[in-house]
Amino acid sequence: MISLIRSIWLTFLHLFHKKETIQYPEEKVQLKPRYRGRIVLTRDPDGGERCVGCYLCAAACPVDCIALQATENEEGRRYPEFFRINFSRCIFCGFCEEACPTYAIQLIPDFEMAEYVRQNLVYEKEDLLINSQGKYPGYNYYKVAGLDAGVKGKGEGENEEPPIDRHSLLP
Amino acid sequence: MATLYVDNRIYEVTEGKNLLETCLSLGFDLPYFCWHPAMGSVGACRQCAIKIFKDESDTTGRLVMSCMEPVGKETRISVNHPDAEKFRKQIIEWLMTNHPHDCAVCDEGGSCHLQDMTVMTGHNYRRFEYPKRTYLNQYLGPLINHEMNRCIQCYRCVRFYKDYAGGKDLDVYAAHNHVYFGREKDGILESEFSGNLAEVCPTGVFTDKTLKQHYSRKWDFTFAPSVCQHCSLGCNIIAGERYGELRQITSRYNGDVNGYFICDRGRFGYEVANSPKRLLQPQLKNDNTSFGQEFIINDISELIATSNCIGIGSPRASNESNFALQQLVGKENFFAGLSKQEYQLNQTALKLLQSGVAEISSLKQIEQYDAIVTLGEDLTNTAPMAALAVRQAVRKEPVENAQQTINLASWHDAALREFVQHEHGALFIFHPHATKLDEIATKVTYATPEEIASEGFRIARNIESSADSDPIAAALLKAERPLIIVGTSLFNEDLLNAAGALAHSLQKKGKTPGIFIIQAECNSMGLAMMNTPSVEDAFYKFENNILIVLENDLYRKFPAQQVDELLNKCKQIITFDHIKTHTNEKAGIVVPVGIFSEADGTLINNEGRAQRFFQVFIPQNEWLKESWRWLYTLKALKESTAIDENLSLGTVQQDLIEALPQFKGIEQTAPDEDFRLNGQKIPRSPHRYSGRTAIQANINVSEPKPLEDNDSPMSFTMEGFRGIPPSSATPFFWSPGWNSVQSINKFQIEVGGPLHDGNPGVRLIKPAFTSEFKLSSNKTSLKANEWLAVPIYHIFGSEELSAEADSIQELTPAPYIALNQSSIDKLGIKENEVITIELNKETYQLPVKFRPEITDKIALIPYGLTAMGYIALPGIISIK
Amino acid sequence: MSETLTYWIVIIGILFVLLNVAALLIWVERRMLALWQDRLGPNRAGPLGLFIVLADTLKLFFKEDWTPPFADRNVFVMAPAVVVICVLLSFAVIPFAPNIQIVDLNIGLLFFLGMSSLGVYSIVLGGWASNNKYSLLGALRGASQMISYEVFMALSLMGVVMLTGSFSLHAIVEAQKNCWFILLQPVGFVIFFIAGIAETHRLPFDIPEAESELVAGFHSEYSGMKFGMFFIGEYLGITLISAITVALFFGGWLGPAFLPPIVWFIIKTTGFILFFILLRASLPRPRYDQLMEYGWKVLLPLSLLNLLVTGGIILLLNQP
Repeated sequence: MISLIRSIWLTFLHLFHKKETIQYPEEKVQLKPRYRGRIVLTRDPDGGERCVGCYLCAAACPVDCIALQATENEEGRRYPEFFRINFSRCIFCGFCEEACPTYAIQLIPDFEMAEYVRQNLVYEKEDLLINSQGKYPGYNYYKVAGLDAGVKGKGEGENEEPPIDRHSLLP
Repeated sequence: MATLYVDNRIYEVTEGKNLLETCLSLGFDLPYFCWHPAMGSVGACRQCAIKIFKDESDTTGRLVMSCMEPVGKETRISVNHPDAEKFRKQIIEWLMTNHPHDCAVCDEGGSCHLQDMTVMTGHNYRRFEYPKRTYLNQYLGPLINHEMNRCIQCYRCVRFYKDYAGGKDLDVYAAHNHVYFGREKDGILESEFSGNLAEVCPTGVFTDKTLKQHYSRKWDFTFAPSVCQHCSLGCNIIAGERYGELRQITSRYNGDVNGYFICDRGRFGYEVANSPKRLLQPQLKNDNTSFGQEFIINDISELIATSNCIGIGSPRASNESNFALQQLVGKENFFAGLSKQEYQLNQTALKLLQSGVAEISSLKQIEQYDAIVTLGEDLTNTAPMAALAVRQAVRKEPVENAQQTINLASWHDAALREFVQHEHGALFIFHPHATKLDEIATKVTYATPEEIASEGFRIARNIESSADSDPIAAALLKAERPLIIVGTSLFNEDLLNAAGALAHSLQKKGKTPGIFIIQAECNSMGLAMMNTPSVEDAFYKFENNILIVLENDLYRKFPAQQVDELLNKCKQIITFDHIKTHTNEKAGIVVPVGIFSEADGTLINNEGRAQRFFQVFIPQNEWLKESWRWLYTLKALKESTAIDENLSLGTVQQDLIEALPQFKGIEQTAPDEDFRLNGQKIPRSPHRYSGRTAIQANINVSEPKPLEDNDSPMSFTMEGFRGIPPSSATPFFWSPGWNSVQSINKFQIEVGGPLHDGNPGVRLIKPAFTSEFKLSSNKTSLKANEWLAVPIYHIFGSEELSAEADSIQELTPAPYIALNQSSIDKLGIKENEVITIELNKETYQLPVKFRPEITDKIALIPYGLTAMGYIALPGIISIK
Repeated sequence: MSETLTYWIVIIGILFVLLNVAALLIWVERRMLALWQDRLGPNRAGPLGLFIVLADTLKLFFKEDWTPPFADRNVFVMAPAVVVICVLLSFAVIPFAPNIQIVDLNIGLLFFLGMSSLGVYSIVLGGWASNNKYSLLGALRGASQMISYEVFMALSLMGVVMLTGSFSLHAIVEAQKNCWFILLQPVGFVIFFIAGIAETHRLPFDIPEAESELVAGFHSEYSGMKFGMFFIGEYLGITLISAITVALFFGGWLGPAFLPPIVWFIIKTTGFILFFILLRASLPRPRYDQLMEYGWKVLLPLSLLNLLVTGGIILLLNQP
């Protein structure tokens, strides 16, 4: 009983506390770098698209708002033919970023994407792709993958031995 | 029955099987790589280690490879013993030391056995920091992609390719920790079963190259159980769709038909569904404007209401579509779209199956026969999966002998192969030219079709008189279960009669022979069972009538000139088809219809097994409906009755068995459309299907309602029953922790056995004993400059639909004529020289190929190549 | 001015004020809750965000008025009206000021108790007619809660009645000229106020609604103005309980003469309304069984004891 009265009293005292509300848009919000806002597709240090179209972001998405199609260029490098995010469904949970094995998809501190027409919330690859490495500079997936996709030859990547001579029986 | 104690729990199991398959059958999750249910154990990967205990008092136990250990009378094991778990974790860590960081760009990802097993064993962090081994890849042709870095050296690929399927050109090179699986040098894989490497390989070394062009992960597909349309065997397949496009075919296990595998024509022929040859819009002759559905349908219905129609059915259309056309035009006006010769062949084949002189063998049962005679059938090219089954059958006898000699169970693959070496059971091949199966045959005879038939009759007589002088008769009599394989590919009815006589003679000697008859197309048997006369009998009726052609190209069945004349006589030609054909070009009205992935229906395979194929997706293009749906609509319009908007396949099947009782049983090929499991439909998509709210967002951000399927108990979404559906309506194989095709284990009653609630398909042919066969064959006489033209089949190119697939077109041979040495000498020509031949009043210019084995006076001409058009085969050609 | 006209003016005036107060409470509650939670609350629409009331009302009016196809249509439509009617009728006996009272029934207090008990029909019928398991559960909880708390709500007031010797609310206020009953009946007040919260099913006693367990309890299926009626009914209920508490225990309109009686009444009532909101801001919801246990095992005996003691003292003092 006492504790009830005490909590009523303490709550009452909050009437005189400083308010936390930020009067947006007059006052701007200070967003932390890892804030989960607008989703972008980044590029690797060489300027190539980081996205390899592995579909993991789409699979991780709890509201299924990511659709893409992977395709390959003549060198065997995978990239998305189209990449569509329906932001009218997106809940900015960041699972896609966590699932991404190539640091391609990233959520950035920007939430000002409101639209009057819902259709405008459907973003295509052109709308998503930015000319930056985002939060993870220096990473190039094709340098560490085993695949030869025109970025490095077989055995030339980080931590790789030169290709085996399959006609040799030497140890 | 034996008793198995797993972690002190008691199970009743079959004695003699290995512990791995027993554990998997009991539902334990035990990791493995080199073992495969169809290929047995070799104990190479060391992944399936378990603890085995001597007796009750033994608490230490010892580690064994479960795939190499038989179940004894009383066996005590522990699957999850800490020692075993630690060992397995260590093994996979070693396997993963060189595995590249490729999953994101690997086509196997999401359906990868290696991923599954890594997760299952709990290995999640690479401690090994040294450089990874790398390999250079090879070009393996348009079907299979090679990425050797991903290899974990399980040897499954060569065991399948070389040992199981008899391929020659894939092997293992180099040594110790850098063995290489590939060809001697870059080049197209020669085996007809190379596509199975993509399923057999536990990781992404061999992947489907056609899928790469429109890649989707397994979880993103909409699947449906389907039946292969590219030969008469009716292999079960799973067809996958994404973004409104058919993208992948994988094998669907059926313990009675194809087992675990399918051939490359079945796997890669699907591309026809996306080819530029697809018919997508209706065409009116001399009119290029587009029309609404109402317009054309009303137009046709007016036409058919006012004048007499002739309907032409097709051996590649479903039973329901053929029946719907028969209903529309009336029984007396419905004809099979086959030449008289083909019609007669199919009828004889059907009669032979019905006669009861031999047991009808299913495709999988072929493997159980110990002596096989093939009469004029190049199995590898006309029915590839039958060739694979024959390869297993000839191992039966030597393996059984070996088992007895060295006392080993049948799953001890490596040991048995070592012991058996190149021994094989009795296989007698009679064919005009060499076939790939010759290498495992006891005796091969190259002869003309007529000679083969008379050989057959002769052996039959020898069997009856128990003549020991004939080794073939003796071998067949000695065999426990002899099998006769015959077919219609050489267009010789006497071959079928000879097979009948052979079976009959064996039967008289107290044997139960088996018979397996290869036919031309996927529903040849279904059309034969409808018992409709050949259209050749109705040519006189064409004049001033309306011709309705269903999924058939008459230009492949009759000489072009003849068809031209006939079609010109017709008042109007209406065709229903899914690909552009010459017949469609001539037609006044062409209605596009759905191809197998866009339609529901049933097919009857060569053994009379009715099998259901399900629609994979509803195309955006509203024209692409099943032929039977269009034809029922037309019938309603013609008779001015109400159009049944909710017409279901079930209704059509009911009408079908009412009108044609011989099809009774066809309705049991799949659960009806009202079937529910726990009140739920069966989902066509895996539960992790992605992008639902974005796929169509570019068109409209408001998502449409999912489409409904009133033909089957399956939904077009990921929502519905999660568990094991009825075997005939299993759209894909998936089980928690088992994302790859290996999850089939969970769908079988026991590993390698039938699926839960039985293998799909209903046999419609009930043999009744008759034995009237013609007992002699005709003899054609040839003049000096005449040769007997015999068709030679090519797995890639001889079949109409798959020939339109891009990757298969790359492998299709150019037209040629093949002659033997003496013919070439006689004509004084060189190989590859273009010669002019005349056949059935048509002249052709063909390059010459040299085939040493064929007999004199035989010329082989490839059958069914699009580039050649119709050729009257077999026939007599004169060479200029 | 004829008596009838005055009468009508009073009725319409009270009705007008009450409905506006109920609407205004939407804003008051949101602002106050915000302040107690260190926020600002709605402050954008109009001065001090007051127009939020207008926006909310308009929104409710324009929402789709949806009756689920599986609902019992007639009862479903009727249920929300019941609560508003009952509460408004209760206001008929409230003495706002010496001369502002619609009717001074000699059984005024019993009339109030009766009307507030009828209010439960709204919950039961609404929940039942929705034909939804959550609604039904909410309705069942509502019914049992009301029945339990009804008992000692009436009992707790008997002390006041004994002290006054009348059921007339006017008389009860008059009787507090010298001493507010809060001083004579502190236990009675506490019990009555707790029962009052339960009667309006406000937090922490919003068991029938319990959105974290039952979606939205008895009104899960309601939308548009039908939901609006429940909404208004709740705020009217708060006002009613506050007003009646003031009348019974805090001397009603009585107060120093520098302000007119009606203003005293309004000030006191407002205080209680704010206290209602403060309770919502600070207290968690008890479990259903805790609620029932508290009612039957603590409050009921306590109110009986209160009655006994009050009666005893009155007997003692009145002894000749």
